Amino acid sequence: MRNIIDAKGLTCPQPVINTKKALEEIKEGILTVIVDNVAARDNVRRFAESQGCTVMVEEDNGDYRLEIAKGFPREVGSKPGEARGNDNIVIYINSDVMGVGDEELGKILMDAFLKTMIVAHPQPRKLIFVNSGVRLAIEGSDVVGYIKEMEKKGVEVLSCGTCLNFYGLKEKLGVGVISNMYDIIESLTEADKVISP
Amino acid sequence: MDDPNLIVGMERAEDAGVYKLSEDLAIIQTVDFFTPIVDDPYMFGQIAAANALSDVYAMGGKPLTAMNIVCFPIKTMDISVLREILKGGLDKMKEAGVTLVGGHSVEDSELKYGLSVTGTIHPSKVLTNVGAKVGDRLILTKPLGTGIINTAIKGGMATEDSIERVTRCMAGLNKRASEIMQEIGANACTDVTGFGLLGHAFEMIQGTGKGMTIDVASVPVLPEVMNFAKMGMVPGGTYRNREFRINKVDIDTKTSPYIIDILFDPQTSGGLLIAVSEEKAEELVKRLRKEGIEDAAIIGEVMGDSEERILVQ
Repeated sequence: MRNIIDAKGLTCPQPVINTKKALEEIKEGILTVIVDNVAARDNVRRFAESQGCTVMVEEDNGDYRLEIAKGFPREVGSKPGEARGNDNIVIYINSDVMGVGDEELGKILMDAFLKTMIVAHPQPRKLIFVNSGVRLAIEGSDVVGYIKEMEKKGVEVLSCGTCLNFYGLKEKLGVGVISNMYDIIESLTEADKVISP
Repeated sequence: MDDPNLIVGMERAEDAGVYKLSEDLAIIQTVDFFTPIVDDPYMFGQIAAANALSDVYAMGGKPLTAMNIVCFPIKTMDISVLREILKGGLDKMKEAGVTLVGGHSVEDSELKYGLSVTGTIHPSKVLTNVGAKVGDRLILTKPLGTGIINTAIKGGMATEDSIERVTRCMAGLNKRASEIMQEIGANACTDVTGFGLLGHAFEMIQGTGKGMTIDVASVPVLPEVMNFAKMGMVPGGTYRNREFRINKVDIDTKTSPYIIDILFDPQTSGGLLIAVSEEKAEELVKRLRKEGIEDAAIIGEVMGDSEERILVQ
């Protein structure tokens, strides 16, 4: 069965909200969303892609028809690789220093690692900070500027909420979002490659 | 309008009107009101007042008096909501040292609130969005992203933390930023509102032949905005702003498209965008940060002979 949502005449964020609800109800399948403006078209496409779906758009008499495939890559006419980017690389940082040894050297290395990562190709999809690693993502840390720069280039930045609470730093998070073990595990298991400096 | 005392009128997209009363005194007038953007009526009152007062601050002036403008659906909404809104507005006026002198209310199917504000300034100290010189640094005093977060709030996706942060940001007065800017001396100023950062930045170079660069890595952005932009929580206004001005903007290929959305995101009660000479720029940012305007940053530079284009890099 095909699910169709008619979101014509609705203003943002309503088309996205309707899409979100409908996608939550299906495990896999194709959802068709019809919208009548560019803002809604792009927002619905972004939302679906951020949820790991592949999206095809057709213009139809001034309306836009989005075919959203959830749970499996579409066979015909789709390029999943394009929608999802290249390899899914996740950088997992579980300490505020790089490597084991002299503390000060470890800091210098971490600084250099994050600074160099900004210009690395391909870019990682996610940066995950756990344990004392969360100190790096705090407002005022020496490297928060590098991390912000990566975020601006589209890298998703996640910091472990339990760790932020433990160190009393939750209010000071300077970049990215607070995450939980469930999301972190999902990010690690879905990754093609996990790099831990 | 050929009144010789009219210093700033309607020819350009300015924040407020300025009229000379005497050689050393000019009056600034502005009006602004809108529909609720947050659920909490008290905070909405604060935000609407801060937003209306900002137009006077953007000219470098001192607001003195204000009048409430209210549209209220008295038949369908409890009067206590209006009381809270007015209380929020009044508290913000007190914080700004502004006296409420009256107001006007009408019945309307949709709630709206704002202020008409009157202020003063020395005629030679008026700052408009023209006057930026080649080599000037551009300073932004508040982080971007209120439009995107407000859309995420409507979509039920924003966390309590981000609602609290964006509300505090929008309710913040541009008062100290304006006073410090006048103390140190700037060349041009506007506040970042409905047309987004790039829209208002373009007004600074429109018709001048100059250009500007914006350094995306230095632009302050509210937490989680990037994430919401990726999830499609982008207001229609952002798309319209981008459509309107994208032909004036050159974008470095490494820049994420989400950043461009953030640079075009319509702001409610946004920060000041100040053009200041290179020598004074660091000092101004340092002072702003020291006095609690922590997000203030140098985000770009005014360029010569650039055919009125903005380079985002």
